[in-house]
Amino acid sequence: MSETATPDVVICPGGPLLLRGEHLVQDEDGVDHETTRPVSAVCRCGRSATKPWCDGTHKVIPEKLRP
Amino acid sequence: MHLPKPRGAFSEQVVATLASGDPTGVGRAPEPETAEDAALALWSLYELSYRGFEEVDDRLEWAPELVAVRRALEEDLEARLRSRWSGTPSYEGDFAAAFFAEVEGHDGPSLARFVQRDATADQVMELLQARSVYHLKESDPVAFSVPRLPVAPRAALMELQYDEYGGGRPDRLHAHLFAGGLAALGLDPHEGAYVDQAPLSVLEQNNAMSLFGLNRRLRGASVGHLAAFEATSSGPCRRMSQGLARLGLAEEMRAYYDEHVEADAVHEQLAVRLICAPLVAAEPETEGDVWFGGFTCLDLEDRVARHYLERWGVSA
Ligand code: FES
Ligand SMILES: [Fe+2]
Ligand SMILES: [Fe+2]
Repeated sequence: MSETATPDVVICPGGPLLLRGEHLVQDEDGVDHETTRPVSAVCRCGRSATKPWCDGTHKVIPEKLRP
Repeated sequence: MHLPKPRGAFSEQVVATLASGDPTGVGRAPEPETAEDAALALWSLYELSYRGFEEVDDRLEWAPELVAVRRALEEDLEARLRSRWSGTPSYEGDFAAAFFAEVEGHDGPSLARFVQRDATADQVMELLQARSVYHLKESDPVAFSVPRLPVAPRAALMELQYDEYGGGRPDRLHAHLFAGGLAALGLDPHEGAYVDQAPLSVLEQNNAMSLFGLNRRLRGASVGHLAAFEATSSGPCRRMSQGLARLGLAEEMRAYYDEHVEADAVHEQLAVRLICAPLVAAEPETEGDVWFGGFTCLDLEDRVARHYLERWGVSA
């Protein structure tokens, strides 16, 4: 990756997936959520209280069990 | 904003000089009497670089006499902050993983936890007044770092800041959300309204951010501070929101904290992975300061927390 490459999707080890730009994200119940900020963090650990968005809860999961 | 109440003979002379418009008056200032005396003077000088004071001539921001005083105070503050830090931790592999691990491993007293479970409404009001000193200029100190970064972290910091500043919508600007929360609680939403009550730890917390933001040399510390701040925000903001709900306090203030649960879960990733890590890669000489800034953020928050928990008779 060059210094200035700009991926639109970034997977954060142990944490969320960063999504750059405007998207419609469908949660596991089939409900659509529009992104509201320049970059959004989509929960990958399944434990967020504000799904589909990450709320930092992945940090309280033991490290081995994080995504 | 209006000039604060002096806290000693030194800050009295600095404040009087600002009010008089004649910068040479600062030459008559004695040595600072206490750390608080010095911190308040430095805070007042720094504010000239943000939105200033109604009764102060804007030109004084760069008056050489005042810049000289500011520099001396800054050197003192920087030396004190560095003396509290034990240096860059040794780690293997990835900077981002190491930084997150270091922040997670830091175990300090938590005001948010106390607010969530036990604080009285009066205590929460007192805390919010102290927080207002920073939150009413939230993100402003690190904004000075934008033009001072290499390409990749510069773009990433701008992206983060765009969110902090409301994505182009004034009603979403974080500092403005906080002002709305203060007003809804019947508190004064104007900048500087509660500076006179701010203890030394709160003044230091604010001065450290200005020190890092306003000196290009310290850009590493500036973004390191940001990264640690964002990485310790989502969880505590949820607790703050729950505490406000428990006490039945204004919805508008809860909205500020709810916004930060989600926003800072994004910002911490941006700050660590897309701002600090690429800065360290592009300018390895800044790495020590990135860690120093991160440590300073956590350490100063511990000091603020200890101050209030002690004041309220709570064991940390
Ligand atoms: S990935 Fe952050 S809360 Fe699930
Ligand atoms: Fe914010
Ligand atoms: Fe943030």
